[in-house]
Amino acid sequence: MNVSTSPKFKENVHGALRDESLQRALGRLKTGFRDKRLAAINNLPEFEALRDQACDIKNHTLENLDHYLLKFEENVKANGGHVHWCADAAEARETVLRICRDKDAKSVLKGKSMISEEIGLNDFLEKEDLKVVETDLGEYIIQLRHEPPSHIIAPAIHVHKEQVADSFRETHKGRDPNRSLAEPRELLDEAREVMREHFFAADIGITGANFLIAETGTSVIVTNEGNGDLTQTLSRVHIAIASLEKVVPTLEDASSILRVLARSATGQEMSSYTTFSTGPRREDDLDGPQEYHVILLDNGRSNMLGTEFQDMLRCIRCAACMNHCPVYGAVGGHAYGWVYPGPMGSVLTPSLIGVDEAGHLPNASTFCGKCEEVCPMRIPLPKMMRHWREREFEKHLSPASMRFGIKAWAFLASRPRLYRTATGLAAKVMNKMAGGRGRLAKLPLAGGWTQIRDLPAPQGQNGKTFKELWAEKQAQKARGSK
Amino acid sequence: MRNSAKVSSRDAILGRIRQSLGREAGQYDAPKDVLDRLSAPKSNAVVPARAQISHDQQVALFEQMAIDVNATVVHTAGFEDIPREVARFLAEHNLPARVKTSPDVNISGLPWSETALEVTAGVAGPEDAVSVTSSFGGVAETGSLMLRSGAQTPYTLNMLPDTHIAVVKASEIVGTYEEIWARLRTEDGQGNMPRTFLWVTGPSRTGDIEQTIQLGAHGPRRLHIVIVDDQAS
Ligand code: SF4
Repeated sequence: MNVSTSPKFKENVHGALRDESLQRALGRLKTGFRDKRLAAINNLPEFEALRDQACDIKNHTLENLDHYLLKFEENVKANGGHVHWCADAAEARETVLRICRDKDAKSVLKGKSMISEEIGLNDFLEKEDLKVVETDLGEYIIQLRHEPPSHIIAPAIHVHKEQVADSFRETHKGRDPNRSLAEPRELLDEAREVMREHFFAADIGITGANFLIAETGTSVIVTNEGNGDLTQTLSRVHIAIASLEKVVPTLEDASSILRVLARSATGQEMSSYTTFSTGPRREDDLDGPQEYHVILLDNGRSNMLGTEFQDMLRCIRCAACMNHCPVYGAVGGHAYGWVYPGPMGSVLTPSLIGVDEAGHLPNASTFCGKCEEVCPMRIPLPKMMRHWREREFEKHLSPASMRFGIKAWAFLASRPRLYRTATGLAAKVMNKMAGGRGRLAKLPLAGGWTQIRDLPAPQGQNGKTFKELWAEKQAQKARGSK
Repeated sequence: MRNSAKVSSRDAILGRIRQSLGREAGQYDAPKDVLDRLSAPKSNAVVPARAQISHDQQVALFEQMAIDVNATVVHTAGFEDIPREVARFLAEHNLPARVKTSPDVNISGLPWSETALEVTAGVAGPEDAVSVTSSFGGVAETGSLMLRSGAQTPYTLNMLPDTHIAVVKASEIVGTYEEIWARLRTEDGQGNMPRTFLWVTGPSRTGDIEQTIQLGAHGPRRLHIVIVDDQAS
């Protein structure tokens, strides 16, 4: 972050984002992610060539998306699995529910899945009286806190260990109330124990997918904890939820892209577990799920093909762009107000929920170019944010002060409106996606808003205050729910 | 209603994709480069040079990379030495002298009675703290074990026990992932996969609490790799 250019912004951020644990957590992005990424890529001379190759593979796949998806479907079926094409979030949620009902399921275990967040699956299933447990430690923590993730690979990055301990004491009944939960190790051990019980009792295991492989009808998950593996192996039914663009042609293509994924994400040479799952358990297998389903979600992707936003579909959700983004680094993930934060979120969110809803997000950028520089898939994120700004300008959604040439830092320093707009998003989204989006708009936004309200009020602001907006949306939601 | 809704979503999505990609009406067949890529999968051009070395060096690289990600590694001269090594490792770490092995006769059929270990074979359950399994192979470039599920190698053994001891033959350690896929295709036929094929690169870990890396999140805390030097003269 170039502190010298905007001392005032920094002061404002410190004043506004008084959330110490968030600031501490964001401070750790450097040693936690950035330094490790750099060390990993310095350790691999071919890294730049591997990026180009990964890019080429995805471009080829996107140009032939129909062919590869059909081949994927054919091979899933050939292996005894099922493919469900879902046009939007509602259809995906209903499809998952139908599978749960067919199996008479009571409990659902979840591996980490951003698509599940995108479609608001947990709230929906809980309303339908299913017990839903997130098994990834970070996802579990935010589930207990009723929050959305604030980072796509480290969902609880904003939470400090004392808060985790509080949540555990509250939730894990029947344990010694005087037990020590001061250290991360103690917290992890308790979570591990609790989760074991869930693993052995689960009916349905839902995971995301980092890749779908057309050649073999395989879904791939990449994890460090092993939770996704236990989720999908011990449950009777494995459901993998993936968006269309996750497909790649062959095992070799997935392997080539895997070489840039973990290095860009956590700076690991490879994540602990890369799991290739194909169909249900075989006749002579001793373990594994009895059924295998893939939810193939569109939710706006097919409309991005053939447009200036097609390149965004190369994204492999590594989070390098947000780890290196000065705006994300200052405000964290919740300020973006929807599922996907950081630069990739600023591009993707307007594509998925509409520029009317998210048109201000592309302004959450200093156009420093760092995101594109580190993106393993060479996605031109700043250029695409500009595209959105142009569209927004054309639609006259943008006040004069938000037009081109404005330095975002200066803008942010004097006007917190952008954050206000960004945080207001989720409420709108919630309204739009009726049925089960409540969780996204709960605590963190209120928290974010409390912080933001401390900023000087912008001049000429004709938007509603958070409290007004909040009350209005809550009322709408209440009216809209069954 | 649901069935027809499903069909139409599939068609609608495919229709939008085809339209976005500018396909001519009715021209929906996959072109030759797509068909070739799927029917005769090939390694992509760029693979790390670090693994393009002699086989001995690949074994050494595999070992080093695995150690770098917190696995422990030993060599044994033959399979018959494995029970003693397992007993030694468990004693050294104060671990229970009870193991569950994969049913694979290469492992379950070893002279376990020469040790004081209590040994059974099969799937892992909640009570199993230590597993001993065979491997499909190892990949030197990242020190990754290659494990496949099957009747002889149930998957839960890789993931449930606190301590996973994996046996890999030196002769089955290769440089890159691509070499593993090529072998899998030769053995199982192209396009065929076991229910689960797993790459294991070090023990389970998490950084989810304050970005502090800790081992043993939900999978094994310890990964001990026994390389059987089956090619040594
Ligand atoms: S846009 Fe690029 S850097 Fe950001 S998450 Fe996607 S692939 Fe990673």
